[in-house]
Amino acid sequence: MSSKVRKLQYSLAINEAFHQMMACDKSVFLIGQGVKSPWYVGKTALGLLKKFGPERIIDTPVSENAITGAAVGAAIAGMRPIVVHPRMDFMMYAMDPIINEAANWHYMNGGRGTAPVVIWGVINRGGEQGAQHSQSMHALFAHIPGLKVVMPSNSYDAKGLMVSAIKDDNPVVYIDDRWLYNIEGEVPEELYSVPIGKGIIRKSGKDITLVSVSYLVLETLKAAEILEKEGIKAEVIDLRSVKPIDKDMLEKSVKKTGRLLIIDGGWKTCGLAAEISATIAESALFKDLKSPIYRLALPDIPAPSSCTLEKEYYIDCNKIINKVKKIFE
Amino acid sequence: MMEKKISKIELKKIYKTMLRIRICEESLVPYILNSEIKCPVHLCSGQEAVAAGVCAAITSKDNIFGNHRSHGHFLAQGGKIKDLIAEIFGKESGCSRGRGGSMHICDPSVGMLGSAPIVAGTISLAVGCALASKIRKTNNVTISFFGDGATGEGVLYESLNFASLKKLPVIFACENNLYSTHLSIKECRARNNIFEIGKHFGIPGFRIDGNDVLKVYAAAKKAVNFCKNGQGPVFLEFMTYRLRGHVGADDNVQGVHTDIRPLNEIKKWKKKDPIKKFERYLLENNIFKKIDFEMIENEVITEVNDAYIFTRESSFPKASELNKYVFKS
Ligand SMILES: Cc1ncc(C[n+]2csc(CCOP(=O)(O)OP(=O)(O)O)c2C)c(N)n1
Ligand SMILES: [Mg+2]
Repeated sequence: MSSKVRKLQYSLAINEAFHQMMACDKSVFLIGQGVKSPWYVGKTALGLLKKFGPERIIDTPVSENAITGAAVGAAIAGMRPIVVHPRMDFMMYAMDPIINEAANWHYMNGGRGTAPVVIWGVINRGGEQGAQHSQSMHALFAHIPGLKVVMPSNSYDAKGLMVSAIKDDNPVVYIDDRWLYNIEGEVPEELYSVPIGKGIIRKSGKDITLVSVSYLVLETLKAAEILEKEGIKAEVIDLRSVKPIDKDMLEKSVKKTGRLLIIDGGWKTCGLAAEISATIAESALFKDLKSPIYRLALPDIPAPSSCTLEKEYYIDCNKIINKVKKIFE
Repeated sequence: MMEKKISKIELKKIYKTMLRIRICEESLVPYILNSEIKCPVHLCSGQEAVAAGVCAAITSKDNIFGNHRSHGHFLAQGGKIKDLIAEIFGKESGCSRGRGGSMHICDPSVGMLGSAPIVAGTISLAVGCALASKIRKTNNVTISFFGDGATGEGVLYESLNFASLKKLPVIFACENNLYSTHLSIKECRARNNIFEIGKHFGIPGFRIDGNDVLKVYAAAKKAVNFCKNGQGPVFLEFMTYRLRGHVGADDNVQGVHTDIRPLNEIKKWKKKDPIKKFERYLLENNIFKKIDFEMIENEVITEVNDAYIFTRESSFPKASELNKYVFKS
């Protein structure tokens, strides 16, 4: 039976995942700052408090370390908590429970315990917010053994990956981007999941592979449309999961196109783009490459405040187009 | 009575500081509303007495650290209005060269070493600054300004213990404005006893009417002397209230965005406006005449107007200088 599909904003798609998962699994609960305030986490928490009550929708003091630890502990005790950080910069206070505890728990206890917690961090940048209110630190988490990291770029994946993250028996870092929150996309009404670790080809092409994730997939697609008109047929891969990476999909695509540009909203050094680049470079594929592998990532600079600097700092469609054209020069 | 010992010149200085803060803050409102100011701005209107009273008790050789709501701290410690406004507008001539915006203001030349919006993020830095002055035997004090919300963060308690253990000359200045974003203090704290939280670490704590600038000044003066005698840290809780919303221009009359506080509570606190309160005191005790107020107000208005001219004439940072200041070269 196919269920009804309709347009839903990204933030409401996340909200629907919560409503459905909390209804079917009593062990799921949401905890973190702002879950009772509609202006704080967008519409992602809409109606949850009313439906599930303050025992399962828990707004908290500003105590990221303890609250994240409490979520991890509850997960170890058999619950399936989602702990939200309305800005991922605030998650830095919670690095210990995430990295030392949750990520290692299953391994260091010989498989005798696990922490099926969703650690949800929101990228909230731009708007001259400056260095501590702009950071995209997915690579930091992807670096850690024992953590899975997902970054949906549209409404369908936002819901499907949240469902997978909640159902997963391991800690999953779910990272979304405030810039996506109001964008609509098709979402089935029914409960479904999107597999963690699987990318998706958003546009096929034969000349170059453009790999991207989260918000930058949108800019990459825009760039690819424009490049198409100029005769460059780009294949656009939306990674969806930053860890594990869909290596098969990457390899197949690069084998076909022979060129690779990775577009990443995180910093360049030791970042996601570096990881993908290394993955391809050390595969048998390096012989098939018609050009070096290129990275378009954030420069190794803290986020500036002033508008002139912000414009220079962030990656957009034009910067992607220019980079691709240079590769073909 | 304590107040008697304060000279008219000092009283005038304190009054002027409060007025500089208020007029500067309120001057920003139209530009926040018309989006000429893009960075998030947390106005401190209503809380002027804390910054003015505390900073009047120290010199520019002493140091302060602030948080996201630190325009007042900056100005009270001797920061220039033009440096602040230019920063908020993202200009190269701003106190942080347009790199930081409203939430990262500093002027090390007057002892304002920095401010940061990560809640409680600068508390331990202030402790470190006090440690430095102890090692160097400079006999300076450091003020850590933070809000009631910051009492949720574990780092505060670690800092209290360490500061007490090492008898560091640091004053923990908590501005309790009864709210942490959308949550009232009742929803954040199990007990209404912020001024006591240092007690178990051996730190004396006091609750002070933060809208009475002379009481603030007296308490700060005592605390500074305590620190300078090598007796260690002091904790001061200042009861106060912001006249505007958490972020932006919101004053609840507009009923937009962020202000969820009950109207009658706002009304009650408006009657306790710290500037009006101080004006009454100065008049009733025949210290100031009406003309004194007018003169000071005119001076401040001129300073603010000049700051806007300065800001308008200043340029934005050059895009080519995006990576300036990543490292000191
Ligand atoms: C580590 C961290 N968590 C959450 C936030 C979001 N946030 C910004 S201001 C604030 C509340 C601060 O309240 P308080 O310390 O009382 O200062 P006030 O805004 O009342 O002046 C919060 C939670 C943040 N900036 N940093
Ligand atoms: Mg507060």
